[in-house]
Amino acid sequence: MSEVIVFLFAAAIILIGAIGVVASRNPVHSALFLVQTLLGVAVLFILQDAHFLAAVQIMVYAGAIVILFLFVIMLLGIDKTEDLEVEPIAGQKPLAAVLGAALLGVGLTVVLVAADGVTGARQPTGVGERALDNGASDVERLGRVLFSEYAIAFEITAALLTIAVIGAVVLTRRVASDDLLPDPEPASFELPPLAPMIDEEEH
Amino acid sequence: MELTTNWYLVLSVIVFSIGAVGLLVRRNPLVMFMSVELMLNSVNITFVALGADLNDVGGQVAVFFVLVVAAVEVVVGLALVVAINRRHPDATADDLSVLRG
Repeated sequence: MSEVIVFLFAAAIILIGAIGVVASRNPVHSALFLVQTLLGVAVLFILQDAHFLAAVQIMVYAGAIVILFLFVIMLLGIDKTEDLEVEPIAGQKPLAAVLGAALLGVGLTVVLVAADGVTGARQPTGVGERALDNGASDVERLGRVLFSEYAIAFEITAALLTIAVIGAVVLTRRVASDDLLPDPEPASFELPPLAPMIDEEEH
Repeated sequence: MELTTNWYLVLSVIVFSIGAVGLLVRRNPLVMFMSVELMLNSVNITFVALGADLNDVGGQVAVFFVLVVAAVEVVVGLALVVAINRRHPDATADDLSVLRG
């Protein structure tokens, strides 16, 4: 019974946060609501004895990803509120609502119709590296599987992270305005032409 | 009342739908990224719940990799936002149409 109460509290936190992310006009508020949702998800992980994942969830998501969002919002000064009433694409919102409702309906139907349980190989109780009740600690169990069975995938994530770091550096590098390619977008913009990159140092 | 896997799956479906609607409705690329994070998190909930149901650590391994990919995606995505924002400070996702077919 206490588990149900914890779940319901966490679910309420998650859902309020999720709706807040989508409905906030100010991106800073969206980011803070996202933290709320991520903390709720971490509570659900703890509820299912995935303690390592809960810690990583808080450190990586709340501690790194959301901070990155907030840095970008504040450094670029794009924390303007967005007028949610304006619709540049006609019928975007009704269509999105219909699609969202359809997704919700299909998903709930699949979950509730298939309510007689998951299909798949259940790990035998108490034995084997993969069994959740084999007596090892959470970190040890995950680490053993990660560095044996999933070792190649784990190594590939290292390459992926390196590529992402290099890509981020290359994308945000300052270039001299002479080296810039002609802007492919101006036709679709009604914006004043930008000052060259070098002028950005002044403000 | 007993807490079953289905509760987690229902919650996950609801959060995923909210994230999908957010991705379709919002025009600020940052908020669109946050909606994607919502969807990734809802899938993480199902991974852990079904892994616990099957007594298998594989669900938690999947969540681990999803976390890595989410971090990578945000780093590259925000770098793109910064790069676009330097040239077009007021751009929203709808304005960037040069890749339109």
